[in-house]
Amino acid sequence: MAENDIYKGYKGVALSVLKNFGARVWNDVIIHTANGKFIGLILPRSETADDLHIVLKIPVGYNIGIAAESIIGIDINGYKEAKYKIPEKEFPYDPLKPRVKLLGTGGTIASRLDYRTGAVIPAFSPGELYGSVPELADYCNLETEKLYGVFSENMGPEQWKGTAEAIGREIEKGVQGIVIGHGTDVMHHTAAILSFMVQNSPVPIVMVGSQRSSDRPSSDAALNLIHAIKTASESDIAEVMVCMFGPTSDEYGLLHRGTRVRKMHSSYRSTFRTIGDIPIAKVNRENITPLRTDYKKRRADNNVIINTSFEEKVSIVYYYPNMKPDIIDSLIDNGYRGIVIAGTGLGHVNKPLYPALRRAREKNIAVYMTVQTLWGFVQMYVYDTGRDIMEMGVVPAANMLPEVAYVKLCWALGQTDDLKEVEKIMMTPIAGEITEREPSNGYLIYQGGLPEVEEFISKYRK
Amino acid sequence: MYEFEFKPFNKMTRADYETVGFKSGLEIHQQLLTEKKLFCRCPAGKYSTEYDAEILRHMRPTLSELGEYDGTALMEFKTRKNITYRIKRETVCTYEMDDTPPFLINDEALDAALSIGLLYDCNLVDELHIIRKQYLDGSIPTGFQRTAIFALNGKVPYKGREINVMQMSIEEDSCREVSDKGHDRIYLTDRLGMPLIETVTAPEMFEPIEVAEVASICSRLVRSSGRVRRGIGAARQDVNVSVTGGTRIEIKGVPRIGLIPLLTYNEARRQWNLLRLRAELHRRKITSETFSSRIVDITRYLSRFAYLPLKEAAEKGQKASCVILKGYAGLLHWETQTGTYFAREISDRIRVIACLTDLPNIVHSDSKGENLSAPDWSFLNKTLEATSDDTLVLVWGDENDVKTACSEIIIRAKEATIGIPSETRQALEDGTNGFERILPGAERMYPDTDLPPIRVTLDRKKRLEQNLPEKFWETEKKLSDAGVPADLIREMSNPAKSALFFEFFPNRISDAKLISKILANYPKRLKKKFRSGIQPETEIYKIILENLADGKIIPSTVFTILANYSINGELILTGPLDNSAIEDKIREKADEFREIIFRNPEKKTEVISGKILAGLNFRVAFSRVIQSVEGFKGI
Repeated sequence: MAENDIYKGYKGVALSVLKNFGARVWNDVIIHTANGKFIGLILPRSETADDLHIVLKIPVGYNIGIAAESIIGIDINGYKEAKYKIPEKEFPYDPLKPRVKLLGTGGTIASRLDYRTGAVIPAFSPGELYGSVPELADYCNLETEKLYGVFSENMGPEQWKGTAEAIGREIEKGVQGIVIGHGTDVMHHTAAILSFMVQNSPVPIVMVGSQRSSDRPSSDAALNLIHAIKTASESDIAEVMVCMFGPTSDEYGLLHRGTRVRKMHSSYRSTFRTIGDIPIAKVNRENITPLRTDYKKRRADNNVIINTSFEEKVSIVYYYPNMKPDIIDSLIDNGYRGIVIAGTGLGHVNKPLYPALRRAREKNIAVYMTVQTLWGFVQMYVYDTGRDIMEMGVVPAANMLPEVAYVKLCWALGQTDDLKEVEKIMMTPIAGEITEREPSNGYLIYQGGLPEVEEFISKYRK
Repeated sequence: MYEFEFKPFNKMTRADYETVGFKSGLEIHQQLLTEKKLFCRCPAGKYSTEYDAEILRHMRPTLSELGEYDGTALMEFKTRKNITYRIKRETVCTYEMDDTPPFLINDEALDAALSIGLLYDCNLVDELHIIRKQYLDGSIPTGFQRTAIFALNGKVPYKGREINVMQMSIEEDSCREVSDKGHDRIYLTDRLGMPLIETVTAPEMFEPIEVAEVASICSRLVRSSGRVRRGIGAARQDVNVSVTGGTRIEIKGVPRIGLIPLLTYNEARRQWNLLRLRAELHRRKITSETFSSRIVDITRYLSRFAYLPLKEAAEKGQKASCVILKGYAGLLHWETQTGTYFAREISDRIRVIACLTDLPNIVHSDSKGENLSAPDWSFLNKTLEATSDDTLVLVWGDENDVKTACSEIIIRAKEATIGIPSETRQALEDGTNGFERILPGAERMYPDTDLPPIRVTLDRKKRLEQNLPEKFWETEKKLSDAGVPADLIREMSNPAKSALFFEFFPNRISDAKLISKILANYPKRLKKKFRSGIQPETEIYKIILENLADGKIIPSTVFTILANYSINGELILTGPLDNSAIEDKIREKADEFREIIFRNPEKKTEVISGKILAGLNFRVAFSRVIQSVEGFKGI
């Protein structure tokens, strides 16, 4: 067996102490130290922790770290390796229920503990899922396929293309709904690119994740999954959606359009919000309640268009006061073909950037303007600054969210070099990424402390 | 072997407890005195039943680190509770709501905990690992308590022996329960997250009174650190009890030490009587193998019963079932605790696990109370083909709850053939206890992946050791050796008082009795005499001792000086008077004294001297007054 497995995570002083006494990870031991003896099981150590301690699980279930230097002897009484396994149960088949495919990409919707890093790592298997969330069988016949096992932040073009192709295959095979398990950090990037790569889907495509990992009793994973599976099985909304908690309470989920959704809090359960519009629907265990009617409807055919074009040399530049042109210049010099700027206010940057922007146009680089306020349209006619910037070839990207404009530009540049063509693709709404109008209830951020807001919070659970 | 029968509480002797093999240990929970909570920066110790918002959550069991589901976790999942948290902005942030990961551990709290660990003579661990201890009852919104062992293998002296302290952990406190009815449980979150230590002793107490005495010692010890909270709910005891052949049962939430003896007695009695019940079952040839029972849906007969709860169930359209326990006749009326019967064990389980919280939640054919009429029971016996050897247990409510209840009735009845199920039980005001949950095992522990391990450096240990208060039993011994009267030692062992004592004793004031009388006795007398007066601070006592040591005041004036301070807030340090002042006073009072007819003429001088002394505000020594009175002509 590899030394890595025998001494998982141990190094330096701690490693040599283990070796000296012939002990290894998962040994049942009595450790003798200058301060007395300790009985327990030697656990793996996190690789990022120091090399001075040995971790022992004592019989009451607690873990403690023992200073390696204080150890004067280790008696080995056995070996007990932890086998972390969710009880697997075969997913029951019901001929009356729809076929739903769950594609796994990673994230904490299903996860287990990693001793190497001490963090949770994704795990994914249909039987495991049924073993831990048996309610899923109330809605569908579930098939699963693990496409990837990566953390959200490691999702990229390769995974996006692969996921879009997998969706295409499943639709052709006739599944009646698709659920994609995904980490939450870049879920909205993936939702946006899939909205472009997968067009004219006849079935719901529902992205889901969890903000509290499924190794916690209070996890939102199970309920999010139930909501997503219900949506994929029963809803008539044939769009790419994100299905995550509406409030922080275990009450209902929201179905957000893939191009208008954004993660808005680093840790809240209700982190996903539709920006500049309202969500498509509300979902709980019993009902799917549409909040609007202008969504694409489910169809009985198996037709879908998959276009996985993608240009990787595209960047987002988050503008800040005092930004120097070298930021833009370095992108130009490194061969970037597209730049999305998240500008201030209605879509502005400072004058020192102008030469760099002119240079970008000369080099045939597509430059688009979005707003870092997230809510609202780019409007570059209001001030001279805006007009100047447009003059330099920067295209206002309406009310596309910066991340959405970014993935769309990647996708557009993947299809053509002709900037006129690119602009046509960019500015033609495909999946709600640009809306004609911003409804008056599309921008609602409550301000806590106001009596009427407090009254609202006290009446409705958050 | 179970011939012995429990006597009433006050008739039990130590020998009786030896007969049953009584063993008990303590788990003492003590809140630490800190400004902020343990893993977030919310203020600690602010309680209020008001709230600004509510959150609804559910709990699901997860796997332990070693890949096993915990029994308790699964039980809690069966109960399917809607858990509502009441939230007040001032005391709760998004951490307690489980919407933000933990912040690093509160160092003030950890220092306090480590200091107390040192007071218990524990080994501090070299590196703390924060663990998640699962609680699926919802008492913590995350579904687990963050906790870490920080000390091991300590001890406290008790009656010439040592009680071992097995481990100490630092953890976050849980929510306060508001109500628990049916499938809805409500919690207040103000207490949630406050720093707490848990101290676990070995099961080395062998009769109920010992458990209470050791609890008192531990309580004094931690209070002497000056770093723990006082007041209602700041300290809570769990007590573990077992008898020979029994199981370690944990009684949770003992509200005060005074209740411990009766609670532990009743638990020992319960275990003993359950073992006797098992013997009776075996005598009837009922074992876990031969155990037999049936469940029959009796919903359709509901309307024929006059018994009110059943009648109401019929009106509400609820379901009812009858569990037939073969051969159990009479055993549901088997006494377990004082005035409590085996039926209660079943009823408790159903209340908690099947969420049938309206009592009574069962009726059974062994009951002597008024419920079903004899003809009703006969009807059921006949219809359900039961015999007079069987016990019938009726349960009613929502369909799913009744289903869960029936299986729990069978589980609990069958457990009686095996012994005493491992449970966590709840302390009740009358000294008995009720079922709370199945005893959780080590399986519910899971490393907290949100926080790194915390190294306890040697420097930190040293710094804490240097600032450690003396252990109170050591202080008491020193005081006793110095000659402090036994009845004042406890009071004098207060760290401030003992420190002041040894500032003056023996070099500046050699009379230990005098100092301890002033420091331990006078404050009580002052409080009693001048209830609304000013109670002098330590600093005042120090000034008085200084003056006493320098001979500027005399012992007999001290109380008067203090009394004056208490009334007026003025510290008038009056020195001793000379002989002429005494003589003046005698002259002034001479006429008065001549009038007095003394019953005991031989005490005349003493009585007169006493009155003169009081008239002089005790500012002279008594012996000098006597001398002057004796020398005065004409009284």
